[in-house]
Amino acid sequence: MKTLVKILKKPITSTLIAVLFGFLVAAIVLILAGYNPIQAFGALFNGIFSKPKYISNVIIKATPIILTGLSVAFAYKTGLFNIGAEGQYIAGTVFSVLVGVKLDLAPVFQIPIVVLAGVLGGALFGGMVGLLKARFGIHEVITSIMLNWIGLYLCNFIVNSEAYHKPNSTASLPVNASSYTMLLPQWKASPEGIAVLKPHQWLYDMLVRTDVNFGILIAIVMVAVIWVLLYRSTKGYELRAVGFNRDAAEFSGINVSRNIIDAMLIAGALSGLAGALAITGTAPHGISTLAAFENNGFNGLSVALIAGSSPVGCVFAGLLFGGLLYGGQSVQQVVGAPTEIINIMIGTIVFFVALTRIVPILADRLGKRGTEHAN
Amino acid sequence: MLTSILLLVGITMMYSTPLVFGALGGVISERSGVINIGIEGMMTMGALTAASVSYYTGNPWLGFLAAGAAGAAIALLHAIASITFNADQTISGIAINLLGPGFALFFCRLLFDNAAMTPPVKTLPKLFGENAFHGTPAESLNVDVTVLLALIATVVIWFVLYKTKWGLRIRSVGEYPAAADTLGINVTRTRYLCVLMSGVMAGFGGASMTLAIISQFNQTAISGQGFIALAAVIFGKWTPYGAYGACMLFGLAQALTVVLGGSDSSVTLPSQILAMLPYVLTIIVLVLFVGRSVAPKADGVPYEKGER
Repeated sequence: MKTLVKILKKPITSTLIAVLFGFLVAAIVLILAGYNPIQAFGALFNGIFSKPKYISNVIIKATPIILTGLSVAFAYKTGLFNIGAEGQYIAGTVFSVLVGVKLDLAPVFQIPIVVLAGVLGGALFGGMVGLLKARFGIHEVITSIMLNWIGLYLCNFIVNSEAYHKPNSTASLPVNASSYTMLLPQWKASPEGIAVLKPHQWLYDMLVRTDVNFGILIAIVMVAVIWVLLYRSTKGYELRAVGFNRDAAEFSGINVSRNIIDAMLIAGALSGLAGALAITGTAPHGISTLAAFENNGFNGLSVALIAGSSPVGCVFAGLLFGGLLYGGQSVQQVVGAPTEIINIMIGTIVFFVALTRIVPILADRLGKRGTEHAN
Repeated sequence: MLTSILLLVGITMMYSTPLVFGALGGVISERSGVINIGIEGMMTMGALTAASVSYYTGNPWLGFLAAGAAGAAIALLHAIASITFNADQTISGIAINLLGPGFALFFCRLLFDNAAMTPPVKTLPKLFGENAFHGTPAESLNVDVTVLLALIATVVIWFVLYKTKWGLRIRSVGEYPAAADTLGINVTRTRYLCVLMSGVMAGFGGASMTLAIISQFNQTAISGQGFIALAAVIFGKWTPYGAYGACMLFGLAQALTVVLGGSDSSVTLPSQILAMLPYVLTIIVLVLFVGRSVAPKADGVPYEKGER
């Protein structure tokens, strides 16, 4: 009994229950629509795990949403709702392109400068939200939503500007090859590289056929950095204190305005980093005209929520999300069911994440009843 | 000149109507103390339902009503989560934003032979009939009938919220549910009603997109209007007329970009920069004139009987 209560009280249990419900509801919807859910889920898992290429594509897909998820989760811990991750991500891609197309240095200098440009772009967007909230008391949700659209049109403006437009396309010029953060980008495309890799089908598949890049490592390092910042530093204590109770924090001498601005700067920087790494790490290494949002930021919201705003949880939630998004494409190809079943599934998971926060409370009651019986 | 001004008014009305419905939905729900971030998802469901029903029955009015019902159906999920189960209302709302478009496109593909859009559908009538003022400058004032419906809805909701006892009850539930409960007001029932009504309004908002403005449902029929409506709720300080004004302002800015972007205009700004105008303007107006807005006190706080 006691172990059951203990297991139920772990946050991970609630999340797993939510994921289970996601599959359950998706299965019901599929049956009602006349598809075989077992086939559909089979196609989904095959689309994620059956080839090394697929696995690395899942990781590539997960990298930006782990970072935007981390951005949202971090802001949430400081009491802010960062619905602007989308715009900050776009700003990251735009600023990286602005610098990376014009600058061409040795990779040692080029890569950090291009990535930092993206980080700066995201931080600028985030910081603006923080500043407007701290100085004028304007709700961060409004400014974030507006900045998302400003980011979208900024992107389209740069794509279509003379200096950056790639002729006869809807895209910008790619950044210079010296900014690429893939694994051995030149070597794996060279004849020698292919000769070495060819006998090892597995390696060949994973390296040559996909844009395997360092992004995921940087994302994991950032998760560690944010965790240390939040839970092992004075600054993090201040940030969380402001998030927990603004008045109490102010009363104990913490500069609330300063911390709101800092929190949004950092959150924006993280989303900007996600955008920058997408530019340096994956084809086409440039930005394209956006007709609608690509949801790298909005998916970060879901990732952060599934992760329960835990920085470490974002890695796993991001991988889950990336897997569902990437593997979901095979569902349509194999079974013919609309791909949107994946959106329904993800929506259901998030919905039950909202509901299952009561599992620990129920477990608590269960535990208390258990002890009463024991007495 | 007169033509331009009338055109501006017409386009303003057109753009703001779906936003007004969405924002009214937000106001009703949040006034009763339930944050509704899921307006976008509810609007998308409404948009699809309106187009499909109008297509299959040939009656756009049936489509309009069905859209309200569809919005309410998905709002029921939000109500169950946030009122009965005391779930985090932001998370539940985001789930609605994922589920709404997910279900809408899923059903769209099932109903329309795997296409992500419906064929063109029969639309709602214009205010003064199909060909009124044809060829005169006043033609642009012959707006969709939904424009008038949105205005009526705003007045009705304002009246109910501020001039009737039900409105007083709703507002008290949103400000201080424990006190309302002591006075015998059923907090749970009030909040359920308000969230369902907000779904109906959001559904109408979606319908006024697909049955009046673009006359079909497609993947981008609702793309961000729900979020703009959400911003309008806060901008309008959680009042129906405030939200209406915020939506009008936004619509006006949109209309300005259309009129200024026209071929015969003397402004030579790139179209993408012009397109930013509504969003930049919103922020500027907020900084200069509106400032801090305060949500209803119990907005987003689940009510648990007996808790102090």
